[in-house]
Amino acid sequence: MSSRPTAVNTGNPPALAIDAASLRFGQRQLWSGLSLAVEPGEFVAVLGANGSGKTSLLKVILGQQHLTAGTVFIGGRPAHRGSDDIGYVPQQRRIDTHTPLRARDLVGQGIDGHRWGIGWPRPGRRRQIEAILDKVGAIGYADMPVGLLSGGEQQRVRIAQALVSDPHLLLCDEPLLSLDPRSQGTITALVDRRRHAEGTAVVFVTHEINPVLPYVDRVLYLAGGQFRVGSVEEVLNSRTLSDLYQTPVEVIRASDRILVAGIPESLRHPGHDAHHVVGAS
Amino acid sequence: MTVLSAPGSSTGGVWQQIFNFADYGQLLALVHNSIIAGVVLGVVGGLISTFVMMRDLPFAVHGISELSFAGASAALLLSVNVVIGSLTGSILAALTIGALGSRARDRNSIIGVLMPFGLGLGVLFLSLYKGRSANKFGLLTGQIVAVDTPQLSWLLGTSALVLLGLLLIWRPLTFASTDPELAAARGVPVGLLSPAFMVLLGLAVAMSIQIVGALLVLSIICTPAAAAMRVSAAPRLVTLLSVLFAVGSVVGGILLSLGSSIPISPYVTTISFAIYLVCRLIGNQRSKHGWSTARRLSTGNALQ
Repeated sequence: MSSRPTAVNTGNPPALAIDAASLRFGQRQLWSGLSLAVEPGEFVAVLGANGSGKTSLLKVILGQQHLTAGTVFIGGRPAHRGSDDIGYVPQQRRIDTHTPLRARDLVGQGIDGHRWGIGWPRPGRRRQIEAILDKVGAIGYADMPVGLLSGGEQQRVRIAQALVSDPHLLLCDEPLLSLDPRSQGTITALVDRRRHAEGTAVVFVTHEINPVLPYVDRVLYLAGGQFRVGSVEEVLNSRTLSDLYQTPVEVIRASDRILVAGIPESLRHPGHDAHHVVGAS
Repeated sequence: MTVLSAPGSSTGGVWQQIFNFADYGQLLALVHNSIIAGVVLGVVGGLISTFVMMRDLPFAVHGISELSFAGASAALLLSVNVVIGSLTGSILAALTIGALGSRARDRNSIIGVLMPFGLGLGVLFLSLYKGRSANKFGLLTGQIVAVDTPQLSWLLGTSALVLLGLLLIWRPLTFASTDPELAAARGVPVGLLSPAFMVLLGLAVAMSIQIVGALLVLSIICTPAAAAMRVSAAPRLVTLLSVLFAVGSVVGGILLSLGSSIPISPYVTTISFAIYLVCRLIGNQRSKHGWSTARRLSTGNALQ
């Protein structure tokens, strides 16, 4: 089914290896026979209709959801809850204005927020936090309350939080949602820089391919219990998507943008609509 | 009443009722235990109120305290230990609210349903109770009666339990309170921390009722952190300020109320409220001018 054989690894295990994975909730089959190996430094975008199991896939990788069949390995070890090998950037959510955390504290949670006890300040910890804030360009507001930062700034800090434990795999769940186009650009560029500099593999769930288009190595497209894996050209074309959705879907490539039309209304992501109108004009 | 009817000085009389420092030294010796209790309650209240604010639970605190009041008045009626009664009511309420109201919307409606029921039960038990009426009133609005030694041991023991519990779950609870989804992904047992915290909160509420009464618990278990969060976002400083504010309100309240015939609660709530007002003003100033400097400073001088 998958249009590309899983990469043969040389020495290092893949950052993420999913093999013959199936997930079923009662009668509902989300996907089956899913195999995907993400190599260090690779950028894989996960696209798909609403309810196609993108979020469930993330939960499987995070060890929060068991597969019906198949295996998931993170850096050569079976996926388990709370793995230090995964940095996770959840969907953007407004942080309450009076949350008693500064940007540096939010990043600190990425180091030891899950540990018991109160924790004492260590100089090493502080340096670690400031180094990563500097890398994502957020050191200028390290001491700002997170609740007072803009959406784009908060997302930078969240990426620093996900990266501070030096994970081999960065998992992003719609990190661009409700960000303005400029912030979308800086956030994706930031993620891209990281994978080139440190070889962090990236799995990026998004409903909107265009902001990540310049960086994506491969696409995993989930729809209607099926999936396709391959390069952007291999997956995002009229034939493949029409096949997946079992209805005519038109994919138009306009210079550096991809516009998709004809995805059944009920399966569309809420964000899709507005984009399509803009795309059509 | 006798003071009020004294000729020519009714206003002075009221003030004398509110502030009376005659024989202060002797009185101070008598309330030695109360002051220890006040300090301990302040520490517990100040610490736990930061989580109450982060988890958006002030209304739950109020709900728990009404059921704690019902438990305490049942204990009064049955002539058993009032502290045990109030603890039982409190923990039952905290667990119910925790179990049925994981989402804020559900939680608020459950509290809204439980609270009048608890108060009603309390009123019923108190009307059946034939003992001293000061005891009845004290459960609702607080009491200055010197805390006796067995009562103090209860307070200290329970407070120690709450403190130890809070210190143990401090970091994961903070994580789960500010970003539950991410905390769960990092392996924090979010589903277990929530009921664990509710039990600790129930214990803290039951303790506070002994001093400030059921109606005014929020002044130690919400206001201190609400005030602290207005002036800072540095977690350690917020916690420290919250504890200072809570201890200041309770101990200050005890000291001011000593000579008067008025319950302790108005003193505690007024100090607590005044601190909040001042913090709000400072916070407003800071959001107008101060935070921009935090943004410009690239590193250093963090309050940690």
